[in-house]
Amino acid sequence: MSVAPAPGPGIGSQPRGAKVRGTLFYVVLLISVSVGFVLLFTLIADVLQKGVAYLDPILFTEPNSTNPDKAGAGPAIRGTIYMMVLLLVMVVPIGVGTAIYLEEYANRERWYNRLLELNIQNLAAVPSIVYGILGLAFLVRGLGLGRVLLAGALILTLLVLPTVIVASREAIRGVPDSIRQGAYALGATQWQVVSRQVLPAAIPGIATGSILALARAIGETAPLLLVGALTYVAVDPTLLGPFTALPVQIYQWIARPQDEFRLLAAAGIIVLLAILLTMNAFAIWLRNRYQRRW
Amino acid sequence: MSEMESAPAAPAKIPGMDEKLLEERARETSSARRDVLFDVADLTVSYSGVPALKNVSLEIYKNYVTAFIGPSGCGKSTFIRCFNRMNDLIPTASVEGRILYHGIDLYGPEVDSVEVRKRIGMVFQKPNPFPKSIYDNVAFGPRVLGWKKNLAERVERALQQAALWDEVKNRLKDSAYSLSGGQQQRLCIARCLAVEPDVLLMDEPASALDPISTTAIEDLMHELKKDYTIVIVTHNMQQAARVADMTAFFSVDVDEEQDRRTGILVEYDQTPTIFTKPGDKRTEDYVTGRFG
Repeated sequence: MSVAPAPGPGIGSQPRGAKVRGTLFYVVLLISVSVGFVLLFTLIADVLQKGVAYLDPILFTEPNSTNPDKAGAGPAIRGTIYMMVLLLVMVVPIGVGTAIYLEEYANRERWYNRLLELNIQNLAAVPSIVYGILGLAFLVRGLGLGRVLLAGALILTLLVLPTVIVASREAIRGVPDSIRQGAYALGATQWQVVSRQVLPAAIPGIATGSILALARAIGETAPLLLVGALTYVAVDPTLLGPFTALPVQIYQWIARPQDEFRLLAAAGIIVLLAILLTMNAFAIWLRNRYQRRW
Repeated sequence: MSEMESAPAAPAKIPGMDEKLLEERARETSSARRDVLFDVADLTVSYSGVPALKNVSLEIYKNYVTAFIGPSGCGKSTFIRCFNRMNDLIPTASVEGRILYHGIDLYGPEVDSVEVRKRIGMVFQKPNPFPKSIYDNVAFGPRVLGWKKNLAERVERALQQAALWDEVKNRLKDSAYSLSGGQQQRLCIARCLAVEPDVLLMDEPASALDPISTTAIEDLMHELKKDYTIVIVTHNMQQAARVADMTAFFSVDVDEEQDRRTGILVEYDQTPTIFTKPGDKRTEDYVTGRFG
């Protein structure tokens, strides 16, 4: 000990109190992490264990029935997929268009642009049930669309539009200004700069954000219940026909008294989770695949 | 202090400056015919109403390399961005005075900034290739201008002019980010040349590069001035002395009362004059390294 050079002041002599607090903090962090992780894991394990018996072809093909052994979620699964496609087609162009306007064209000095921005930020925080009420009052009754798939898709579009806008803006803002300047300096017009440089460079971020927003919409139940997603739909959904969706079907099954329906609901949840995880995985893949270093 | 004051008024000398090169430059420029390309008169640039550069008047000659030197904050970058109206992209910037280009006021009401930038190219301080292939980087300019004929030839010619062709001819489809910093900067020069501009503006084009890449860029400027007029902003005085025919020295005018710093043009002359017989004390102090 005495052979080693004397350590400088402070080195190796951390105060005892600080050390204890540091360890304590680390433990608290570990507990926080494990709460979420353990809960999620238990949930998945529980659902898998219960639902796996009902995970058969009937679930994917057959419509709902009063007999749990014959009941399936065919129309619900197809309704959900149908709605996702509609949602994608509507929300991405509107969302990206708004984001381009706000990032590239809007003059922040103008009051209406600031109002627009404030509005979008607040819209993202509005509870989904409120969107459902809006859909019921405005789309189903006001416009007289009725309780149809298109109304459901429209209301989900409104619901996730702010998320898509925010994600697209982030992606567009992430494109360095030097790229824009370089393009302008070559005599490109603003439209050429946006369409040929900024958008292509922002697409990975936009795609990732849109997929995550879609994944949020796919699990929504409340607004769809309000715009009239039915639970006994025997025919495959059409644009202007009655419809149902997977989360609504799960909700209805869970509310039934028979235990078998709860197991069926668990099977439905597995399908929903599988779709969600696939979408998230795709988003992560996309992000890594197109990650850029400037 | 007293040492400095008692220093003889002999021609100022910059450490490491190549005297022969300066003499040669002096011979070149004095024999060459001067065609005025840009005529800047009483130019003032303000940001949010506060002037950053005040009352600049000078002439820039065709096929000359003109260097702007001066300490940080003297407005030389602001000034060079006036020539291709890049300051238009900053909403708070405003430009007063005039810049005649071939006798036309660049800031005239009928002049479109996009048209200006087609003719007056710009290379930036940090290489800023587009996140595309090497080929697509060079082809971008011609494509936005709608020049679709002989695009491959045009790209090859531009890369050759920028002395980059031999290094990239077998990897044109590779990402521009796979190139080294010096190569990226030459790619940016090639990108400008592909739209066949009249003038090349360079805002500290070598400040982010290593010495070898810097030499390559400087050699390139010597080649390019046969066909182009080059304006360069530089921090490096040796670089100005090596490449420039004319040099403008900018300085900062500090207004203590209003706490304002405004860039001004102190002196503009042939490069050898600026570096060996400057007419202004401030220039002499700067080029001999006593200030800035």
